[in-house]
Amino acid sequence: MTDLPKNLAANPILARWIAVRADGTIDVRAGKVELGQGILTALAQIASDELGVDLAVIRMLPAATTGPDEGVTAGSLSIMDSGAALRVAAANVRARFAEAAGGDDFSYAELATLVDLEVRADPDVPLRSDFTLVGRSVDRLDLPDKVFGRPRYIQDMRLPGQLFGRVVRPPSRGARLIEVSGEVRAELAGGVTLVRDGSFVGVVGVDEAAVGRAAELVRRNARWAEHDSLPDEDELDKFLRSGPHETITVVDDSAAAPTGRTAGAADGIASRAPAGDRVLRATYSRPFLAHASMAPSCGVAVWHPDGRVDVWSHSQGVHPLGRAIAGALGLESSAVRVEHVESAGCYGHNAADDAAYDAVLLARAVPGRPVQVLWSRQDELSWAPFGSAMTADVVATLSAEGAISSWSYDVFSQGHMARPGYAGVPGLLSATFLEDAAEYPAAVDPPAANGYGSMRNALPGYDLPRRRVVGHRLLRSPIRSSSMRALGAFLNVFAIESAMDELAEVAGRDPLEFRLSHLGDPRGRRVLAAAAEEAGWGRPPAEGIGLGLGYAKYKGTGAYCAVVAEVEAETDVRVRRLTVAVDVGRVVNPDGVRNQIEGGAVQSASWTLTERVRFDRRRVTSDTWETYPILRFSQVPRVDVTLVGGDAAEKSVGAGEAAQGPTAAAIGNALAAAVGVRVRDLPLTREAVVAAIENAS
Amino acid sequence: MITLLVNGEHRQVDAEPETPLLYVLRNDLGLMGARFGCGLGLCGACFVHVDGVAVPACDTPIWSLEGKAVTTVEGISPHPVQRVFLDEQAAQCGYCVTGIIMSAVALLGRSPHPGEPEVAAALDRHLCRCGAQQRMVRAIVKAGEDDD
Repeated sequence: MTDLPKNLAANPILARWIAVRADGTIDVRAGKVELGQGILTALAQIASDELGVDLAVIRMLPAATTGPDEGVTAGSLSIMDSGAALRVAAANVRARFAEAAGGDDFSYAELATLVDLEVRADPDVPLRSDFTLVGRSVDRLDLPDKVFGRPRYIQDMRLPGQLFGRVVRPPSRGARLIEVSGEVRAELAGGVTLVRDGSFVGVVGVDEAAVGRAAELVRRNARWAEHDSLPDEDELDKFLRSGPHETITVVDDSAAAPTGRTAGAADGIASRAPAGDRVLRATYSRPFLAHASMAPSCGVAVWHPDGRVDVWSHSQGVHPLGRAIAGALGLESSAVRVEHVESAGCYGHNAADDAAYDAVLLARAVPGRPVQVLWSRQDELSWAPFGSAMTADVVATLSAEGAISSWSYDVFSQGHMARPGYAGVPGLLSATFLEDAAEYPAAVDPPAANGYGSMRNALPGYDLPRRRVVGHRLLRSPIRSSSMRALGAFLNVFAIESAMDELAEVAGRDPLEFRLSHLGDPRGRRVLAAAAEEAGWGRPPAEGIGLGLGYAKYKGTGAYCAVVAEVEAETDVRVRRLTVAVDVGRVVNPDGVRNQIEGGAVQSASWTLTERVRFDRRRVTSDTWETYPILRFSQVPRVDVTLVGGDAAEKSVGAGEAAQGPTAAAIGNALAAAVGVRVRDLPLTREAVVAAIENAS
Repeated sequence: MITLLVNGEHRQVDAEPETPLLYVLRNDLGLMGARFGCGLGLCGACFVHVDGVAVPACDTPIWSLEGKAVTTVEGISPHPVQRVFLDEQAAQCGYCVTGIIMSAVALLGRSPHPGEPEVAAALDRHLCRCGAQQRMVRAIVKAGEDDD
């Protein structure tokens, strides 16, 4: 007997996944959610093939607490985990219908009422080996609504009797509300209700524009006690190193490494390299980054008079969110029903869950009425969780032959996971403002089995002797951090791949040849070779233009990805072209993979070139698109994607996060090739390049 | 009461004169195609046409629209540009796409066969966080070519 795929083992009843209607429609409800990545289409392809039906009869329902619990939609795991589970569930449904019909020639519609799907999945059900839709570039099911401007997003929800709500956030971190003046309360007449609990204050009313004006009125007339609480933005390196830390040892081949000071341990590894080996010491960093979704977060909730709560959210995990809301309010989990509704792309843990909880808190004040809360752009950019700032030290040695003889790596970071339910707390922002205020611990990191957080991709994928790779997760911070696309892999791959180029230069070797000489994995070698060939690696670039490479196997277990960047740096740093080769195993939807890789590369280019969360000692100041700029149309590079491998025998792995780290590294290496000096701190702005040139001369 | 001309129809709206057009479209007229992104005219998600010119609806007060013609994405749908966007699968989350289509249609009105640099420059008031810009530019160039 084989095992059920793990997400099906956790949700083994077929009816939770699939319902066959008498009109022939087949409803599929997976636990993964559409974030703009196209997952619903890919899952529909898998279900359709295994059921042996047209795609048109499949109706993909949103994830909900009434459906299978597949945790959060994150980590590039949906195709691998949900796809595998849904495939076996669909094969079971088909088998049960075939059994009822006494053969393979049957109509789902005719047998719909006769076949009981309230049964457990059989792990030994035969799976189809011939695919009709899997492997084809099927058009996205959700795009017509989006392109034609039909209501589809949570921001478009208008339930009968729905009210609009706005939350008035504190003016700075850690501020406490003293009072909202009584005169304002009087002015708020006209259908607008003020809701206050401690330092949580919001308004609810019928007319959205009036509610927005009321929120402004409250903001101007609220008195707060404020204090300095944030670190010095110009000294993030010092802040991240200051501790206290949790030590995360990924690997340590140094038998007798000195304990205590990390610099000592790093030098311990290097000092045992043969005499005469050359040493590279370099530190790389990134600032805090914002998810910066195009849509401000939104939540809708109804607090029923009998104590049940209905919630609609664009959360990445409706089940964990439901449990967190129930936990925060002391309700039974079964009293909180959460259904997913699409929003704009989130790229990780943004304010989606926080907005859902805001809606619940405001709905509690008006029982029976649905309340829709929409965050402002400013709040989205300043109060949503950030991707953590990170700093990483490489100490590596090169043998006389120009091969790496030891590798030591220390990374300092906040945790990358503060989703609802992390560290045993609800993790919902507004709970920290209530009269009975929650105190949350700093973000944690996913465990090794889930690919780490700060340490994601911290272990180089190369064949290296004498390695020491150690993380230092900050245990206290006033800045809330959580999961952002690729987690620590973005900076770790930037650091490792920048150091590879620096070592190649010291060794006097070509960066591609240097990498290949340290890389035995044939699939890794294949993507590197494919990207290099496609980009014309080895040709002499034009004056002022540099080519650079970046490579990683995401999480060490996922997609292989190599990127060649072509960069010019005359006045600004300009990425002209990114050539990407990727191997995601068996491909479900080739155009879907290309779209994810193109988008991942462009977003990574934006992080690498322009993005940095700004703050003073009290508040986040990068709260508009002018102060938190992202790449614009005329700055976006051409991206060419080559799909490599794709063997049907390989398991499918996700594509959403594979390009982030390699793209950043390729750009950094291409910039160094173009201008002759290296910038090790992101973002790679004009000012940073000028400073690096001045330092070098 | 203010009378607005939206998608060729005169609509009576009971709202304060300074109310942004976007709220009126979405809440009073049930037209959800223009999306709220920033409220400051900085992201492009809410673009509509006013007398044929693409502008943000989030910072356009309705008092300024008397005697002018407002066209939303619903008013042009289905449009050949939308068809090409679907052919090219030129979106990921799609939140920015209706605003971009409105700017694209306005661009094609004044420059029927734009090249890639012209399209990219014309869309610089629009942000796309998913990184689907290349596909959108390609789709709009193609829409200009299909027009022949």
